[in-house]
Amino acid sequence: MTDLNTHVPSRIERPSAIAFLGYAAAVVIILWSFAGAGFSVEKVVTSPPRFADFIERAFPPNLEARTLERLGWKMVETLQIALAGAVLGVILSVPVALLAARNLVAGKWINQTVRTTLGFIRAVPDIAWALIFVVAVGLGPFAGMLAIMIDTVGFCGRFFADDMEGVDKGPAEALTATGARKLDVVACATVPAAMPAFVSTSLFALEKAVRSSTILGLVGAGGIGIELKVGFDLFDYPSAMTVILMIAVVVIGIEQLSGWARTKIIGEQR
Amino acid sequence: MLDKPAANTQPVGTGAQSAPVLPVDIRVTGLSKTFGDVQIFKDISFGLSRGEAVAIVGANGTGKSTLLRCLMGLIPADGGTVDVLGTEVTSANAQALRAMRGQIGLVSQKHNLVPRLSVLSNVVQGLLGKHSGIRHWSQALAPAASRDAAMEALQRVGLAHLADRRADRLSGGQSQRVAIARALVGKPKILIADEPTASLDPSAGEDVMDLFFGLAKDEGVTVVFISHNITHALQYGDRILGLSGGKMPLDSRADKLSETDLRGLYD
Repeated sequence: MTDLNTHVPSRIERPSAIAFLGYAAAVVIILWSFAGAGFSVEKVVTSPPRFADFIERAFPPNLEARTLERLGWKMVETLQIALAGAVLGVILSVPVALLAARNLVAGKWINQTVRTTLGFIRAVPDIAWALIFVVAVGLGPFAGMLAIMIDTVGFCGRFFADDMEGVDKGPAEALTATGARKLDVVACATVPAAMPAFVSTSLFALEKAVRSSTILGLVGAGGIGIELKVGFDLFDYPSAMTVILMIAVVVIGIEQLSGWARTKIIGEQR
Repeated sequence: MLDKPAANTQPVGTGAQSAPVLPVDIRVTGLSKTFGDVQIFKDISFGLSRGEAVAIVGANGTGKSTLLRCLMGLIPADGGTVDVLGTEVTSANAQALRAMRGQIGLVSQKHNLVPRLSVLSNVVQGLLGKHSGIRHWSQALAPAASRDAAMEALQRVGLAHLADRRADRLSGGQSQRVAIARALVGKPKILIADEPTASLDPSAGEDVMDLFFGLAKDEGVTVVFISHNITHALQYGDRILGLSGGKMPLDSRADKLSETDLRGLYD
């Protein structure tokens, strides 16, 4: 039974003065950001007619056989860029993550250097990497694949490292106690324990790669993005709408496939 | 707190007139360990002779597991020396530590199998201390001799028929038997068990203890085990070491002690 003389905590904790100032500052920064982003209620209110005009001109989408065939092959190229870049990126991420993970195989200076480098890779947007690789290797899908690859390394390298740091240390200690070397322990205990998380992260990376690869064509790095740009540049909105719908169908399809694969592979773990 | 029984403080073979002189596998002298400002234990000394079964008992937080980790060099001691099978653990380099650990088998409370791998792969990995490298990362890559040794170890714990089952699909008792097979596959000279029955029901716990000590006796290995079960400590240990208040106030032959003597360590 509750002793009524004891202090009962209030339902809602009263914020401290510093916390209150923090909340107030957050609200001010958010409002300031709306102003900086040019948020305009007037434009929101007046935009529906213009949007409706675009929809009217874009529909029905261009479903001519020749157009569909051309866009279909571009979409295949887009998926090839995404798959090749993501697979290479995931493979390269494993050794990078081993160096980035703390208390695994490398010292703390190497951990920190690799983590900082991965942070830099993530900080640069994929479209900027595509521009850099277009300069380096020329226009075309290879530049796009390299952009996807480096973007995937930045994403997976960080998360693979975090996954390995977070696994149960028991099996690793058991193998260390048998006299196993560090590399043996990582290969036999740490990596298998982190494998479900690796699979999940890799599938997210593939989804991200497919989304990214659809716009890399805007800067000449291959894929269907160039068709979107040409459609809008030439006011060929029906073709642009076809591209948008194809991208939506493929991205949603890949997300569904990835979700199914994740459940099949990881869902079996108890 | 218990007084250290004066007549029983010597390890087997060093004090009794009629006992054969056996080699000392573990010699701990003045061992101390702190975590931050907390002194776990201080100035602990004991020696364990070949073939002895020694139970370490004491309340939670008295440093039993820490002591075992210091013995294997898994964590550094703050003072004192530890000699295991002729290796000075506290000053040994990584290579010497690995060679020493290759002669030890460890069984933990949580079993610590690699969950997604097969039972056979887990047991094959018990040979990594003796055979480092990719060929012992998995049963699929292992040499025939290592696979045979692992299957033999599984046979001895009665689980050869589950060799291809995933480790995370075993019951608690089966899982601990696989851990014992992994500890035995390298033919260790010392077996260390950290509360091997703590996560098992009483029946499975009895089975595992009978199996563990039966196999240890067959092999003639030195056994060091931690147990909160006083009956187990007295039943399976030849000798009892008791930790309390950062000291080791009890070091006695098990047949000289009663359950009441050990309960004093938990007060």
